[in-house]
Amino acid sequence: MRARLARIDWHDRNTVVYGVLLLLALLFPAVAQFSTGGNGNFLVSTAADAGVYVLLALGLNVVVGFAGLLDLGYAAFFAIGAYTYAMLASNKLAVSPLHHGVHIPFWIALFVAVAVAALFGAMLGAPTLRLRGDYLAIVTLGFGEIVPRIFRNGGSLTGGVNGITALDLPTLPVWLDGPWAGLQLALVRDYQFIDPTAYYVLMLILLGLAIILTSNLLRSRLGRAWMAIREDEVAAAAMGVNTVATKLLAFAVGASFSGFAGCFYGAKLSLVSPENFSFVVSVTILLMVVLGGMGNIPGVIVGALTIYFVDFYVLTNLPSWSSGLADAIGLGFLNQSHAGWTGLGDETQRLIYLVFGLILVVTMVLRPQGLLPSRQRQEELAGGTADEALADVGAA
Amino acid sequence: MGEAGAGLSPNSPSEWLVFSAVEKTGRLERGPRDVPPGLRTVRQVRAVLGGRLGTWLLAILAVLVIGLVVVPKVVAGGYGFFVQILAFGVANGAIFALIALGYTMVYGIIELINFAHGDVFTLGAFVSLPLLSAFGLVEGKSSGAGLWFGLLAVFAITMLIIGVLNMLIERVAYRPLRHAPRLAPLITAVGMSFILEGIMYVWRGAFNIHYPDLLPGQRLPIGEGASIGVKDVLVVVVAVVLVGLFSIFIARSRLGKAMRATAQDRDAAALVGIDIDQTISATFFLGAILAAAGGIIFGLYFNSVRFDQGFEAGLIAFTAAVFGGIGNIPGAALGGLIIGLIQAFSNAYFQAAWTDVVIFAILILVLVFRPTGLLGMAVPQK
Amino acid sequence: MAERPEDDVILGVDRVSKRFGGLVAVDDVSFDVRRGRVSALIGPNGAGKTTLFNCVTGLFPPTEGHIWFEDIDVSGVRPHQVAKLGVARTFQNIRLFEYMSALDNVRVGQHVRMKANLWDAMFKLPRERREEVHVTERARELLRFVGLERHGESYARNLSYGQQRRLEIARALATAPRLLLLDEPAAGFTPQEKVELMRLVQRILDQGITILLIEHDMRVVMDISDQITVLDHGEKIAEGPPEEVRHNQRVIDAYLGTAS
Repeated sequence: MRARLARIDWHDRNTVVYGVLLLLALLFPAVAQFSTGGNGNFLVSTAADAGVYVLLALGLNVVVGFAGLLDLGYAAFFAIGAYTYAMLASNKLAVSPLHHGVHIPFWIALFVAVAVAALFGAMLGAPTLRLRGDYLAIVTLGFGEIVPRIFRNGGSLTGGVNGITALDLPTLPVWLDGPWAGLQLALVRDYQFIDPTAYYVLMLILLGLAIILTSNLLRSRLGRAWMAIREDEVAAAAMGVNTVATKLLAFAVGASFSGFAGCFYGAKLSLVSPENFSFVVSVTILLMVVLGGMGNIPGVIVGALTIYFVDFYVLTNLPSWSSGLADAIGLGFLNQSHAGWTGLGDETQRLIYLVFGLILVVTMVLRPQGLLPSRQRQEELAGGTADEALADVGAA
Repeated sequence: MGEAGAGLSPNSPSEWLVFSAVEKTGRLERGPRDVPPGLRTVRQVRAVLGGRLGTWLLAILAVLVIGLVVVPKVVAGGYGFFVQILAFGVANGAIFALIALGYTMVYGIIELINFAHGDVFTLGAFVSLPLLSAFGLVEGKSSGAGLWFGLLAVFAITMLIIGVLNMLIERVAYRPLRHAPRLAPLITAVGMSFILEGIMYVWRGAFNIHYPDLLPGQRLPIGEGASIGVKDVLVVVVAVVLVGLFSIFIARSRLGKAMRATAQDRDAAALVGIDIDQTISATFFLGAILAAAGGIIFGLYFNSVRFDQGFEAGLIAFTAAVFGGIGNIPGAALGGLIIGLIQAFSNAYFQAAWTDVVIFAILILVLVFRPTGLLGMAVPQK
Repeated sequence: MAERPEDDVILGVDRVSKRFGGLVAVDDVSFDVRRGRVSALIGPNGAGKTTLFNCVTGLFPPTEGHIWFEDIDVSGVRPHQVAKLGVARTFQNIRLFEYMSALDNVRVGQHVRMKANLWDAMFKLPRERREEVHVTERARELLRFVGLERHGESYARNLSYGQQRRLEIARALATAPRLLLLDEPAAGFTPQEKVELMRLVQRILDQGITILLIEHDMRVVMDISDQITVLDHGEKIAEGPPEEVRHNQRVIDAYLGTAS
């Protein structure tokens, strides 16, 4: 163990980022509780929700970042993971035409959801295998539109427009409450996951697992095969890489992470609804991967946290901040609505699409390697500009 | 690794070159058998569907579906209703055709699916709204020569504005990434789509906006209780005229030839002196003016626009473009027509909730099994 | 009717034709490659040489005819299967994995001989770890073999042209082939580099690997080949040892004076 620690390269930027993230993650709940005088539950809960997106981003990173397959419909697998849990851990199947309810414990349902998501990942990826980049993206987008609609139109089998509610909570035989959750130190039996701290801890474990698995994959035979396919599929095949199987594995592995995420999400929210898996969600996750630095795992985590923060904190609070600010600096009249102007608060709320779009475009045009690019991307995009310079000379 | 020492000399056989008999696969898998069964079926189906036999099969399938599934419903609904839906479907299809042309042209020339194209269509409608007021074209009060000249002006100005805007978008967002890895321009296009929707959202809000009903509302009876609207006819006529003018332009003009040449072989085109950048800009301009016209027509016909309708309209139009044969102008028009009809009939006679699923399923099926589309013109796959 | 090739023939091309729509790229070509020797495929540009390579390595199937590799009919077999059987190649326009290190490029070459699967990789099982160490060792060995031992960590795109060509060869060798197809390996080389290349080819031969190469430089071809097949416009116009081919009138005409 000491030898392993000694071998860690503290100068490597990725290692530093991991270290910082780990520290923040471990301290966060305690800090949240102490700084709000014991009312930190909302923050902890939000952090756990953010973790869902980080998990999703890590999964999409395998498909887009490692294997170079642009998937614009990733939310479909998220939906599949969530609905799998919903059907297996609620009364849904009892009131559906099947008339037989199932209540599988969360811990088992987790693995079922992963398996189901992986299976669908392979199934939905299969038609794309011979398609080039743009067409592949569109087909995945098509699936991303079809899957939630099937859930929405599924009537009593899938809960229809209203989704499925009253999902079971995860339970553990034993649990330890403590000051880190703003509670007295106590051993609890038959613990039901209601307290957000429990979800937070669970999410940390899931994330830790995801990070370890994807990092391992990156430096393995399969990881290299993915990168080879991303670089040059023909050469990869000539060197013995079975491109069909390898691409299917990319989809399956990528989708399996959303199985994790969907299951967790359904359990925590205790409901699933078809409206939560739209194209905007797929693009949000893509945005996280792109902004963070495609292919680089700590980068993707940072990108995910950044976008989540911007989307769910900055943008949701922007209306009240801006009206507050307007009042404070004497421009309070801006908050009233008159003809055509619905008030500063409402107007700023509408910025979300614009902000997302701008981040995407500006990132791709000005800093395509993202916030924390892998060494590979750095090279790739440094090389890109060189090529462009050459091409200009050639065409002149 | 015992051989670490011995195997290093270049002249001594190294272990890595000897492989055991196990490596030699006695069980040889060739062609269809080494792929998962599902995929093998896909390949076989694709091979069949791609060719002439495939065209016949698809035609027979279409006839069967129409005959067995659609016709009974149509008959049950009555002749009048049928004619109404038919006219609506054709008008609907005409609008999709206008959008589809832009997709097909841009894809043909730079092999990029311009994600933002559907939003360009919507923006056309949005931009035309204040222009309508500016020209005094108000619902219920405008008619006659004033109406038609006013509309013409609105069309011309909107199309110009949107055309220039699209050229600007290409210049700023796509051209810098022309030599970047493939993922980059595609992601930028998605971003651009969001920006355009964002602008419209901030400008006019989230809800449906009323678009003035300026077209004559009369209906033309065509016997036995059926009638078609003057609006339907107008939409189709305008679309046909625009597509016709456009096709002539592409076929005859110098710029049109340049566009076709660049689409076929960019390097060769550059070698004969065609200005690639300009040609691509022109393509974006032309695609946009058609989409903008489509947007205005949409507004006049449906009397309602919303900031995010471009996403779905765009996807459907893209389906039409691929269905007809990507990169192929008559294909886009034909595809638009057929998809428009499918949408109309599906909404009218079947459950509207499933229409989208049907159309997206068509999209996926076409791309997977018959990527060349109906009119079978393949874009060279580099 | 296809005949079974003789024993010391490692690759048998048997009446192979390849058509692309109306274009006939390869027209009824037959020849054998003998084990342990260097065979060359030459001809003016557009003669169909690379197309033939592509047929052999499974990029596309021949329209007609058969290809035999060591008694197995490999016509239409997919590229990764062909690699598994023991045929490796380099490309006319270098196709390295540009944004991967030289070491990684060679490690990908070993993909087909490795056993680690998804689970081994995800959980870094001991068996996978051992294999990775082994693979890295072999990769370094191969880089040493082609003279690139100091460039293991460099990205493939940052290597010089000559280094890239050598890396491509190392990567192909990593698949542990019995037959190596080299597509214009000396293109763009200085005379000194060509001499080194010929030495490398000899070293590869010494390892027991058969070589089939496409090459335009006649000196290189004449020096190292044991057998030459000449194509022109998709047809075989001559075949034989270098001295015979050198004086063949049809060959000279086909090249119109470009033969050295």
